[in-house]
Amino acid sequence: MLDLVWLVPALPLAGFLILVVLGRRMGEPRAGWLATAMCGGSFVVTAIVMVALVGEEEENRHHVLTLFEWIKVGGFRVELGFLVDPLSITMALLITGIGTLIHLYSISYMHGDPKFSKFFIYMNLFVFSMLILVLGSNMLVTFLGWEGVGACSYLLIAFWFSKDANASAGKKAFVTNRIGDWGFMCAMFLTFATVGSLDYSVVLEQAPLIAPATATAIALLLFLGACGKSAQLPLFVWLPDAMAGPTPVSALIHAATMVTAGVYLMTRVSPILTQSYDWAPSIIAWVGVITALFAATIALAQTDIKKVLAYSTVSQLGFMFLAIGSGAYVAAIFHMITHAFFKALLFLGAGSVIHGMHDEQDMRRMGNLKKYMPITAATFIVGWLAIAGVPPFAGFWSKDEILLSAYEKNPALWFVGLVTALLTAFYMSRQVFMVFFGEERWRDADHADAPEPHESPWKMTLPLVVLAGLATMAGILNLPFGNRTHFLERWLEPVVGESEHTVTAAASAQIGLAALAVVGSLVGVAVAYRIYYQHKMEPVEPAIMAEGWKYDTSIAAFMGGPGREAFEATATFDGTVIDGAVNGVATLVSGSGTKLRKVQNGFVRTYALGVAVGVVALLAYFLSRVTF
Amino acid sequence: MLATLLAEVSAPSVVTTPLTQAVVLPFLGAIVVSLIPRGRAELHRVVALLFAVATGALTLALLAGFDRNDSGFQFEVNRVWISDFGISWHLGIDGISLFLVVLSGFLFPLAMVAVTPAHDPKPYYAWLLVLQGGCIGVFCALDLFVFFVMFEIVLVPMYFLILGWGYADRVYAALKFFIFTMFGSALMLVGIVALAFLSRDGVVEANQARVAAIQSDMAAAQASQAPPEPDTPVDPALEARLAEGEVRIEELRNPKLNFDLVAIAERQTVTDTSTGASPFDWGAARWIFLAFALAFAVKVPLFPLHTWLPDAHTQAPTAGSVILAGVMLKLGTYGFVRFGLYLLPEPSVFFAPALVTLGVIGILYGAVVATMQKDLKRLVAYSSVAHLGFIILGIFALTTVSIEGGVVQMFNHGISTGALFLLVGMIYERRHTRDISSLKGLQKSAPILAAVFTLVMLSSIGLPGLNGFVGEFLILVGSFLTRRWFTVVAAVGVVLAALYLLWAFQRVFHGEPDEDNAAMADMNWREGLVMAPLLVLIVFLGVYPKPMLDRIEPAVARLVSHVEDHSDYREPAVATVGAGVDAPGEDGE
Repeated sequence: MLDLVWLVPALPLAGFLILVVLGRRMGEPRAGWLATAMCGGSFVVTAIVMVALVGEEEENRHHVLTLFEWIKVGGFRVELGFLVDPLSITMALLITGIGTLIHLYSISYMHGDPKFSKFFIYMNLFVFSMLILVLGSNMLVTFLGWEGVGACSYLLIAFWFSKDANASAGKKAFVTNRIGDWGFMCAMFLTFATVGSLDYSVVLEQAPLIAPATATAIALLLFLGACGKSAQLPLFVWLPDAMAGPTPVSALIHAATMVTAGVYLMTRVSPILTQSYDWAPSIIAWVGVITALFAATIALAQTDIKKVLAYSTVSQLGFMFLAIGSGAYVAAIFHMITHAFFKALLFLGAGSVIHGMHDEQDMRRMGNLKKYMPITAATFIVGWLAIAGVPPFAGFWSKDEILLSAYEKNPALWFVGLVTALLTAFYMSRQVFMVFFGEERWRDADHADAPEPHESPWKMTLPLVVLAGLATMAGILNLPFGNRTHFLERWLEPVVGESEHTVTAAASAQIGLAALAVVGSLVGVAVAYRIYYQHKMEPVEPAIMAEGWKYDTSIAAFMGGPGREAFEATATFDGTVIDGAVNGVATLVSGSGTKLRKVQNGFVRTYALGVAVGVVALLAYFLSRVTF
Repeated sequence: MLATLLAEVSAPSVVTTPLTQAVVLPFLGAIVVSLIPRGRAELHRVVALLFAVATGALTLALLAGFDRNDSGFQFEVNRVWISDFGISWHLGIDGISLFLVVLSGFLFPLAMVAVTPAHDPKPYYAWLLVLQGGCIGVFCALDLFVFFVMFEIVLVPMYFLILGWGYADRVYAALKFFIFTMFGSALMLVGIVALAFLSRDGVVEANQARVAAIQSDMAAAQASQAPPEPDTPVDPALEARLAEGEVRIEELRNPKLNFDLVAIAERQTVTDTSTGASPFDWGAARWIFLAFALAFAVKVPLFPLHTWLPDAHTQAPTAGSVILAGVMLKLGTYGFVRFGLYLLPEPSVFFAPALVTLGVIGILYGAVVATMQKDLKRLVAYSSVAHLGFIILGIFALTTVSIEGGVVQMFNHGISTGALFLLVGMIYERRHTRDISSLKGLQKSAPILAAVFTLVMLSSIGLPGLNGFVGEFLILVGSFLTRRWFTVVAAVGVVLAALYLLWAFQRVFHGEPDEDNAAMADMNWREGLVMAPLLVLIVFLGVYPKPMLDRIEPAVARLVSHVEDHSDYREPAVATVGAGVDAPGEDGE
């Protein structure tokens, strides 16, 4: 049964190939249904494989299926193979499950788009690449998926390419990701040079033998790659811009799956991280928590409904890296799962709002949508409570685990995380109040005849309802009530090992920390309520935060200014100095040739003079050599 | 001499050898095309295509018949050509040259189908066929003289192609191309002759022992029959034996000149490195290497000898650019492998750091300059400088993995960049401009062209799963073993490649097209037919490069051990943790 795993990526691949050939002819909506069916089939197969895996003994939950030898030269040998273990199958289940829902949603969302079938071509290709990423049995296959999802992300962000901003955003995403990929590639070079293989089974088994300095270098280079893909400081700039893509893309790629690839990768190579110097995980934790705080502060001043969610995603991913850095890999994966549910839900909800508002994304022009879009509003509120960390919704449990581990690692990390959690509750409440409550603001002087919002069709609301259910319940996966309820932890144990970090704090301290986290969330919600619902306080939305602390614009200014000038200067150097030298030599040759031509003047006496001078010179030379 | 030449060439065994056919057929085609009367314009294209396709089919037959387990030269043919100078018609291919021969085999017919010349089809096709013959000749040649002739022959047709069918600035570009590359290879001829003579000196030296043995033999024979009296007639048997000995000594002391690549390269095996008694004067060999290297460096082109390339590319007709980038640049990198590493291993190792440096500079420099180009064709031209820099890095990092990566990359760059030039040519044909700023939003008017361009671009960027990645990654992962920091810097080129190509793509294909661009026609079926095999290869070789890698590997492995035999270079073994230097440090810290 485990060998069926090849079908998991094969189905979306088949969907992709069929649509490439027949997509246009199938048209709307059949192309969409085919893509959805392929993704759904893949989900079913994954579930079957998962059941088979559960049936195995715990120590046998590790199965490699090799399809063929991909690249083999000398000692360098890489196979195209899939690794079936609890981690990869959990990821695959998440990807295909949410993927199917979002495919279904997209059939409605992309309705009427002239490139309807092309959208689904890219979507199926994305799901395929993402599955390759998580199922790959070695680093290179993971990299194959890694770059593949990057390419799909590029194609989908720039999907509506007629607008220059969309095209720029696509390019920016790809190039920024490539900076991270440089780290990933260098990590692979170093791994191969050290271990002689890129297979996870070999590399991770040998990890304890790798010198700590080497392990640290590998881990940090991989983390650079993760920073690119998972939008962490300093490489997060592409993700907010990536919202230029269609909203289902934002939900699937830029919230639920692709951006979590970095978290997956770091979890996958956790033995290497363990072998590193102690400061390496600390760097990861601090990068994560600072990114989380940084992005949260930006999110609270955004007015675009999707931009809020984008910065929120960056922030939540920061939480996951905080967990990784604290050694709490299970908590990271746990939060990744719950986040995938509620963030996909929020994005799809936002898409439903945008759809219902006839392509309006400015929250200042929304309000009281609960009246017009009851299902969207209700499900969005579930998502909000989940991300805000209100018990018993899913986000509370996973965020609590992370904060707890952070506290064990370093209370300062915990404190920054707590502040971020408060801010999260605040900006999400702000969004909910602005969009779904208060007065209706879509009709103003400029838009006097704006049409009334409407609820979306079932193909869009059904995924919302399913995801809302999951966002409510997913906490069950890993409840902190003793070891028995730590389902996810026990499930992932074969991969991440006995958690090094077993929480040592007393139960009372744990409860205290959790209570503090809940209080933080409620404070955030309450303050937002005062400001954005009751309007009893003035909103604090500094321009600097709305502009993202000018981080992106500074980089853009640098790249467009000195960076571009340096490139330009090099090009000018090439044209003037290098090519100038070439042309200079040519001019010199032809010039001196022209001059020398005058010597050939046909007068015998000139030649005779030349001969005479030559003879004298030769004589002088030989005489000087004579020793008396 | 002419008679022997004719006799040799017309001997059935030579004509029927597939390599001779593959080299001679295009030349024959060129002659046939030029014999067709000018009035029969329609015939030129058909006949030329026929010959090009036949040659392509021949090279594919070579691929099919190639023994993947044999690391040596296959399909060898070795006939004395000009015996007085020791020049022979010696051809043969191994895994390194096989795919370059195949590339030359099928890229030419594709380029011919893709583009119809605006005028004078007869000389156009004749020159293209000469070019094809010359390129295949270079990759097959195992005789230094034959190699040199072929290496120089290709300049002529390319010069005339640029001059005759090029664009506005073609006179300047053609002249620059010709003089630049001629200048480069002039010294190579000196190097070749010097090498032949040095090698003969080496043979003389190596023969000394045998000469001494014969001499002592003769002396012993003479002594055993010491004539008691001077007037007794000498034993005729002894006399004959002595005369024979003299002749033999004469032969050993004056061996024939020999331009045979294999003979010269393999003869170094005689070298007893322990005593340092070398038939080669390595000091001189290093100078000879430089003479070769200059010729190849211009051809590759290596920074700072690259400036002929953008001019030649921009001004050349589309078919010319395709061939120039696809095949002709590889004459340089192939030269470095065959006439650098194989022929002159010790100097190659000696100069490797310098060449690796130039290669890495080329990667970054080419990419940076490409980014700022305003002309689409020029941009692709500079991207070649960057890609070829990777190949040079791979070759001179000297590991099996990196050299194989370099060989793979030679082929893949031919496909990807050839395809890019074809696409740029299609755009130019429609819009009559290559100026990036006057193109916009083409994806809207030509979605299929845009989709094909996207795939080719991703291949050129080195996206895993497509062909470009395989070579690039092998180069980098192999080079890292011996040139760690250079590799880390070179990998930055991967980021830059994404930057310049995606930016160009955005400006050309994205956005809202203006009136001129909106009216641009999409790809037609003939163009689609030309692109199809390239696209198939791009995907196939990215997903399943094994058939290619398996055929290249034995030859590369053999080359590396050849280099090890003749220099103090030793390839690092595959790492295993714990066994190597990378044993765990003090864990207690």
